[in-house]
Amino acid sequence: MLRDEQSLVPLAGATDLYVSLNAGTLEGRRFLNLWSLPSLRRIVLQGDTLSIGALATYSALITSRLVRARLPMLVQASRQVGGLQIQNRGTIGGNVANASPAGDTLPVLAAVDAIVVLGSADGERRVPFNGFYTGYRRTVRRPDELITAIEVPAVGGAQWFRKVGTRAAQAISKVVMAGVRGGAPRVALGSVAPVVLRLPGTEAALADGATIDEAVRTLETEIAPIDDLRSTAEYRRRVAGNLLRRFWADTAPA
Amino acid sequence: MRFILNGEEREVRSAPLARLLDVLREECGLTGTKEGCGEGECGACTVLLDGAAVCSCLVPLAQTEGAVVTTIEGLGDDHPLQRAFMDEVGAQCGICTPGMILTALSLGPRPSPAKLRQGLAGNLCRCTGYEAIYRAIRAAT
Repeated sequence: MLRDEQSLVPLAGATDLYVSLNAGTLEGRRFLNLWSLPSLRRIVLQGDTLSIGALATYSALITSRLVRARLPMLVQASRQVGGLQIQNRGTIGGNVANASPAGDTLPVLAAVDAIVVLGSADGERRVPFNGFYTGYRRTVRRPDELITAIEVPAVGGAQWFRKVGTRAAQAISKVVMAGVRGGAPRVALGSVAPVVLRLPGTEAALADGATIDEAVRTLETEIAPIDDLRSTAEYRRRVAGNLLRRFWADTAPA
Repeated sequence: MRFILNGEEREVRSAPLARLLDVLREECGLTGTKEGCGEGECGACTVLLDGAAVCSCLVPLAQTEGAVVTTIEGLGDDHPLQRAFMDEVGAQCGICTPGMILTALSLGPRPSPAKLRQGLAGNLCRCTGYEAIYRAIRAAT
């Protein structure tokens, strides 16, 4: 259907549908209902790779033994999305496809080098998550494709996640960070640029033994926060640096 | 569209993109479910969809085919949660109350204080300051 009518907007948990419709920001008017596709909800281990169906809701992620064991920072992120009602309907595929720079699962997926699995009438292709976004709310998903799964390779090292918002629930982030420390550190930040960011310079600095002050200075050159409804560039820059310090201190070997 | 509403099979004719909230209030005449914000932020419109608390202002009718829907009316007149909200004065203006009760119901028996706070984080109250609501739910569960 997507191949034949390319203006169809795939619809999963629909937690952003009426919000965008009412705000006038949703371009589509015809939708493809994905809600009752059980094959897209499965969370399974394939060898060493955790395969998460695109329709897995935040609540499913939170209660999944596999996700809790292998990607606990995704559980943390999911618990901080909206409230219970949103967690029961919102999906990981929807979060990825909606492509908000503030999406709470996005830094987690960026930090673990996840893979986005795209399906279409022509078959399947895999795109590195850190290559999925090409600009503000733009992705490489073709109009005739659906995100069918997110694949997460085994994560070596300590996982760390922090979302900074106006309140503990029902808040879009001002800054959101995920990090992995084990071997080469990996750091990802949301809400500080048009897309979720990995920080290659900061990661290299930390791996090379730079002081945390030096690493924070590097971080500040890698992000492009703005003033907006929720926060200021100055605040975001400061808090992003603070989060890096927290990440590094919290994950330091005992 | 056909779904099970408070235990009975129900057929409705509203448009596929009609919000479940509007279908319940207008076509089904069940006005216990309230609209507080229309964008999933306040929880006043909470209903149970296949046992899970959801904001009915965000659910398109098209996604409810065959689903089990429970509204506040489905609890009858004398549910322990309803009694407790009265006894503990967990309701002042009452606009958040149906949503509070249904979300609480979905949390299962005797939720811990932490689980209660987390579970109710999507239900806002402007009147009570929440303590009476927690007392009511603890008393009833």
